[in-house]
Amino acid sequence: MCSLSLFPSPTAAGHTLYEHNNELVLGDPIKQEYDLPSPQFIRDSLKGHSRPDSSSKSAFLDHRDTLWMRSAGAWRDSGLYGLLDEITDSAEEVPRWLAVGSGCLQALLHWVSSFHGSLFPHLTLSGDEMVAEFSQMLDWSDSALRSFAWHPHTDKFAVALLDDSIKIYKSRSSTAPTLKHRCQRSVCALQWKPLCGSALAVACQTCLLIWHVDPTSLSTRPSSGCAQVLSHPGHAPITSIAWSPTGTLLVSASPVDTAMMVWDVAAENCVPLQRVGGGGITYLSWSPDGSRLLAATPSPLFRVWETRMWTCERWPCLTGRCQSGCWSPDGSCLLFSIQGERLIYALTFSDLTGGPKTATVVADLSETTFTGPDGDIIVGGEVRSLSWDPRGERLAVLLKEME
Amino acid sequence: MLSLKQNSWFIRKIVIWRAVASVAWSVILLPVTAALFLFFSRFSFCHPIQCLSECTSLLTASSTIFCLVVLCGVVLMTGFFNLEFYTLVPSIPCSRIALLGTVLHPRQCVHSLVYCTMGMLVMWCSSVTIGGRYSTLGTPCRIESGELVTCLNEYHLFLLLSGAFMGYSYSFLGVVQNIYYVSFQPIQQYKYLCFKGSLPMVVKCSVIQSLYSARNFAALYFFFGYAPKAWISSTLNLQIDSSLPPLDSLTGLLDFSLFYHLLISGTFLYITWYITVLLFRIYVTEAYSFPVQSTFTEDAELCLPKALTEKNTLVMKFLALQDLALLSQHSPTRRLEIFSLSQPGGHPHNWNALSKECLSLLSELTHRLVAHQDAVASNGRVKSQSASSYTKSGSSVSSVMSGAEDLPETPRHNIPLRTPGSVFLKSSVGGVHSALTAPFTPDLDSPFSSPAIRRLAGQMEPQSPWFGAVQSPHIMRRGPKLWSASTESQTNGSPPASPVSVPSPPPDNQKPSFLAQWMQKRRDQLPEASSQALFADSQAHIWALQGISHLVATSFSEDQFGVVQTTLPNILSSLVILLEAVDRHFKLPHASSKPVRTTFSFGDSTYKTLRFALRAALKTSIYRITITFGEHLNAVKISAEHRKKLQQFLEFKE
Repeated sequence: MCSLSLFPSPTAAGHTLYEHNNELVLGDPIKQEYDLPSPQFIRDSLKGHSRPDSSSKSAFLDHRDTLWMRSAGAWRDSGLYGLLDEITDSAEEVPRWLAVGSGCLQALLHWVSSFHGSLFPHLTLSGDEMVAEFSQMLDWSDSALRSFAWHPHTDKFAVALLDDSIKIYKSRSSTAPTLKHRCQRSVCALQWKPLCGSALAVACQTCLLIWHVDPTSLSTRPSSGCAQVLSHPGHAPITSIAWSPTGTLLVSASPVDTAMMVWDVAAENCVPLQRVGGGGITYLSWSPDGSRLLAATPSPLFRVWETRMWTCERWPCLTGRCQSGCWSPDGSCLLFSIQGERLIYALTFSDLTGGPKTATVVADLSETTFTGPDGDIIVGGEVRSLSWDPRGERLAVLLKEME
Repeated sequence: MLSLKQNSWFIRKIVIWRAVASVAWSVILLPVTAALFLFFSRFSFCHPIQCLSECTSLLTASSTIFCLVVLCGVVLMTGFFNLEFYTLVPSIPCSRIALLGTVLHPRQCVHSLVYCTMGMLVMWCSSVTIGGRYSTLGTPCRIESGELVTCLNEYHLFLLLSGAFMGYSYSFLGVVQNIYYVSFQPIQQYKYLCFKGSLPMVVKCSVIQSLYSARNFAALYFFFGYAPKAWISSTLNLQIDSSLPPLDSLTGLLDFSLFYHLLISGTFLYITWYITVLLFRIYVTEAYSFPVQSTFTEDAELCLPKALTEKNTLVMKFLALQDLALLSQHSPTRRLEIFSLSQPGGHPHNWNALSKECLSLLSELTHRLVAHQDAVASNGRVKSQSASSYTKSGSSVSSVMSGAEDLPETPRHNIPLRTPGSVFLKSSVGGVHSALTAPFTPDLDSPFSSPAIRRLAGQMEPQSPWFGAVQSPHIMRRGPKLWSASTESQTNGSPPASPVSVPSPPPDNQKPSFLAQWMQKRRDQLPEASSQALFADSQAHIWALQGISHLVATSFSEDQFGVVQTTLPNILSSLVILLEAVDRHFKLPHASSKPVRTTFSFGDSTYKTLRFALRAALKTSIYRITITFGEHLNAVKISAEHRKKLQQFLEFKE
């Protein structure tokens, strides 16, 4: 078992730029050592959108509309709940039985949803809170950077910022296209399509966006016509996406939907894969060889799908939900972490022996104190995100900040 | 189609049995849906327990058993029609006229008739099951004079007619929404899970379809219900009960229980049909594993290389291509068989046959695209001019004629036409048969390609009797002017109308030409359809691309004898040529516009986006090869132009 005390001592001064031959290289981020842009984002210069839907509505809507108009508007904006609210609120205009009936129905629905929420507490969270809870990013709701993705084949990366824009940086290029779209809100995950130069999938609050950014174009603001909008009723907010390594399929997951969607992106059709239990899907990770897919749920349970006939194995965890996971390059070993534990587990899959029975602990991340020249540094904690490099030599672990 | 002698072994041994299995499952599921229907039709909030016990006793009643037998007959018939009508390549009518043609096709008429009958049968069963006031056509009633006679039970008749209506609308929508088009799912799943996953969609579609049908039928019955009622009552000598409100009136139709029962029965009807179709789709598209090679020569036609070259049995070709795409991704042992050499002689027969077939498929698509581009390039300009001359002759032609209509309006007044007289002949007599639409409309047996239809479309064929009979001499004299002389028609005072505004109505004696223009408009109104029709069978090309690119990529590490190397230049250049053709196709107007998504319809609209899927699959395939081979591609002998294109892929600039 691996533990943090085996690592060389980190230094508090300066920025750690990268790791090279088991040494952490420090440096000034402004100075260019590699030919890659190093943009700086200041938290205060980016304004997050504060547009709660309900507060602005009452300021602009003309309240002297007829009941029919208001009901139709409520139905359009927020469905059955909105309609019932509207009817109950305007009790003096509607027949008494209708107001009472809608009130009762509303109470019943509330009761049912609270029962559902007591089974799956995450369903009571609002959209943004849910994204912040299940994001792989540290401090999602307040950080300037909300998501990050390297292109799998070339020196190019995309960052999603607090103001709901996405910027794309390339080596040897000064143009940094900014992507903005009406539907692009609360970006939780980004991923470049493998075996493609241009397509970027974005998981948003209400839908899935596929941007096609022409790499040869000099435009800094690609129009929203370059984006494909994929959505499915009941499948939002989307907190995780995963392209198949062959670049043909895209899987998306939402914590409120028990089905994960397998998209044929170009044809814009999707196949829902539903399994009972778990209450939703929070995190997806496709093994690099394309044979397996990890799907974590908000409950102490995760599934491992095999991607040939799309059947799944259930893996109940004992203590908490699976927060993050990653695959070895040959797809035979899965590392994952569980919320509330400072451990990394491993599962080894094999086509011959029929698969593992239990997970083994491979790393212990409990707090360790390093004594350096600048004083003591304490490192350790829960895992927020895991990533294994494509050659299989190194594992990057993002730890949750300590209280 | 079902004459077994002409059919290949695949139809006889595989497809028929799959169809039989799907029908068997629909028959097995029938009692379940019937029981649910019985429960919903008799449920009452006041006496839930009593209603439950009533339902269970009714389930074993002889009338219910008889109904089930009738319903089984309906399911068998539906299964037969599924097998007879299913298609892997959708027929995409390129115009409203062609769509009308398919709807009025004799084959389709027979289909509609059979479905009307089946709808009536199912509705008869459901009315017997619901019982009460619906059960029989004749009911005893007391007329004014006080004697007891048999009266017409209008509720029963209403349900029966609604069954016929729903049967017809199923058949009609089947054409419009391509319900018999069988598409393949992007992922493989076991049949049970696939069925389970699609079941909510089937129920939702049935309920919505039933709602629409009930609404439409109620409207229809309100206006025309009197006729069948009078006819039935006079033929069967049944009285009309005057004590009950007639159903073709507002008070009669505003009957909640009647509407509920109509809705429930309609849902049951649609669910029965949709489940049969769904099971058929799932069974037919199930992957079939062909052996790559066989040790016995007499089994050669069962093997993958032979199945791929099949021309007549499309389903076998498709399944073989799907199998190729799957094995190239998932099955190392079968890939090894493809890369192997023949035992005496040492020839890579398997690989040669597979790659040759895939490449010929791709080059056929390239030719088709190039031909279409040529047709558009030569026709587009002429077409737009003929459109403008329509406008100037004072008829209502809107600007949806062609993409070239985006030209500014003013310069056109001064452009003299270079091909007077021939314009109309070229652009519209040739219209139905021209290279632009006809070869790309798969349904060539449409009656509208017959001379009768050309006559109907108002084109002037000198041989046809229509020519002399209806066209007045005045029109005849003006004829050439109408189609050619846009400049002249301006100078002699006819107002230069803008294409969008509706100009003054044409005089009466111009009616045939107006009809012709109206037809012309209808015929050209689906611009996206020609693009869809071009790519209608592209699922095959997508699999060929996936299969061959995966095989080439894995050959980098798995091909021991280097059999793939010999064909690599060929493969690369045909992929690049296809990419150029596809890119040029997407520059055409309407080619890159996204189709409107139809929700809540059971018909599969996958074919509408196949061209985008093909483009994505093509680019991914080229990337797969370039990423795997990398710098080694520089050693492959291909032309400089293609190398330049591939270099862009190597630099991720596509």
